[in-house]
Amino acid sequence: MKTYTNSGNIDTRSGFGAGLEVLGQQNENVVALCADLTGSLKMDAFKANHPERFFQVGIAEANMIGIAAGLTIGGKIPFTGTFANFSTGRVYDQIRQSVAYSGKNVKICASHAGLTLGEDGATHQILEDIGLMKMLPGMTVINTCDYNQTKAATIAIAEHDGPVYLRFGRPKVANFTPDDQNFEIGKAVQLTEGKDVSIIATGHLVWEALEAAKALNEAGISAEVINIHTIKPLDEDAILKSVAKTKCVVTAEEHNFLGGLGESVARTLTQNHPVPQEFVATEDTFGESGTPAQLMEKYGLNAAAIIEKAKAVIARK
Amino acid sequence: MSTTQQLQDFVTQVRRDILRQVHQVNSGHPGGSLGCAEFFSVLYQEIMNYSKDFDMDGKNEDLFFLSNGHISPVFYSVLARSGFFPVEELQTFRKIDSRLQGHPTTHEGLPGVRIASGSLGQGLSVAIGAATAKKLNNDHSIVYTLHGDGELQEGQNWEAIMYAAANHVDNLIATVDYNKKQIDGSTDDVLALGDLKAKFEAFGWSVLELKEGNDIEAIQATLSLAKSQTGNLKPIVILMETEMGHGVDFMMGTHAWHGKAPNDVQLESALSQNPETLGDY
Repeated sequence: MKTYTNSGNIDTRSGFGAGLEVLGQQNENVVALCADLTGSLKMDAFKANHPERFFQVGIAEANMIGIAAGLTIGGKIPFTGTFANFSTGRVYDQIRQSVAYSGKNVKICASHAGLTLGEDGATHQILEDIGLMKMLPGMTVINTCDYNQTKAATIAIAEHDGPVYLRFGRPKVANFTPDDQNFEIGKAVQLTEGKDVSIIATGHLVWEALEAAKALNEAGISAEVINIHTIKPLDEDAILKSVAKTKCVVTAEEHNFLGGLGESVARTLTQNHPVPQEFVATEDTFGESGTPAQLMEKYGLNAAAIIEKAKAVIARK
Repeated sequence: MSTTQQLQDFVTQVRRDILRQVHQVNSGHPGGSLGCAEFFSVLYQEIMNYSKDFDMDGKNEDLFFLSNGHISPVFYSVLARSGFFPVEELQTFRKIDSRLQGHPTTHEGLPGVRIASGSLGQGLSVAIGAATAKKLNNDHSIVYTLHGDGELQEGQNWEAIMYAAANHVDNLIATVDYNKKQIDGSTDDVLALGDLKAKFEAFGWSVLELKEGNDIEAIQATLSLAKSQTGNLKPIVILMETEMGHGVDFMMGTHAWHGKAPNDVQLESALSQNPETLGDY
């Protein structure tokens, strides 16, 4: 089984900051907006090096989304930065009308998604954002798994003409994808080959899926791990190709099972190749305060949970 | 430059277009549209510099954003009669497969429209973004907007009003259609706006009061004055007092025609008060 090495724990939001700074140097049309969270979003380098293209809007996210939409009129490529909760639920109608329906080239970049925001608790731990964003016609939805991939995705979405939701997180996590990767929107990445079960994961759960696959392998179960960084448009071919071989699926995400990656995968399977599926996701609940590791354990979003669901889904074949 | 009579003829035809559009589909918003017929006509015929060959980016052109999208009938009429699309297309207003949706949108590619509006309170933010892009592009054109007065009850406006002053967005001229009416009644009864002039001034804007918002020459004078005040570090707002339903005797002075179309008899009466000038579509 192919194995992956963690080159050192680092946060995905720093990957966003690094990618944004690369864009600042490469593309003078890239502009950035932030709602009083410049440090948290790691936008300091862009702000310092391109002050004329950085817009501090204050604690006014609705206005930020509208200004971003307006900046596209004149050829700018705006990247907005705030927490995932304030990037989506708080400004849903602004995104719907001024960005998505208006077809504006705005990149909505969202940190601190999911439970791993930790101690701040449920007011800030959005677990519904993937669903909110993927329901908007024309919106591309991306949830990256590590620093390198987040940096590559940030750079890649500037070349995509249309609205994008880019979701990443707060904690320091394993960094294991190549630093020179070519990020292709809508293209799944197969990480391991397997024949007994497909583990289709996104975001922070991808590393957990690899850890699970390792343990399953030692128990004689061969797991195929697929990293779905783009939830919409979904790489249906990659999923169907894998399940044709494995005949069962575990989906894994740091999100409510309602509206998340798992539902999108389930729809693909139902329409094309129905097979048993188990969901590693939150069960229609809010989060709470705690350390990221405690929360992921309590809400069943780690390698142990994936192993359990993998065994369960194989038994259903 | 058009003469005042030419502009008056243009306005009268726009009124006919508004009335005929909403009557044909028995829906739409004639009251506010009629009240803003002079403003739109002066803005597009006399004030703004733009190309009829529509380009979304509008570089080196003045731009206009309609925030209160429900008064689409007046917007569509003036865009068509200013050359953005064929006047005949007005007969597709609110019908299936039309570019003239109930509320304006870029989605169907209608020339002259740069943002969807209808859900209220979003237009000023968008205009600030477009005005900021102009500054980045070293483009000295002006961005214009129109907002309903009731629309100012939406909080996003005040985020935008604060931002524009703090960031010296001085290539922006916002106009408030200050007719003091909204769906449920007078703005005073629904949610009093208080002293709008003092509020804008307290937020750091230059405020121009236009008491005769249905007078062509007064509108011309105020918009020209506003233009002359751009580039002075302050955003500019015109508080334009209009009469909802202006130009149709039974629609004036009431909020009853905010979102109601006239029947056949009422249409005939309304059109007789606004005789055809430039040719009906």
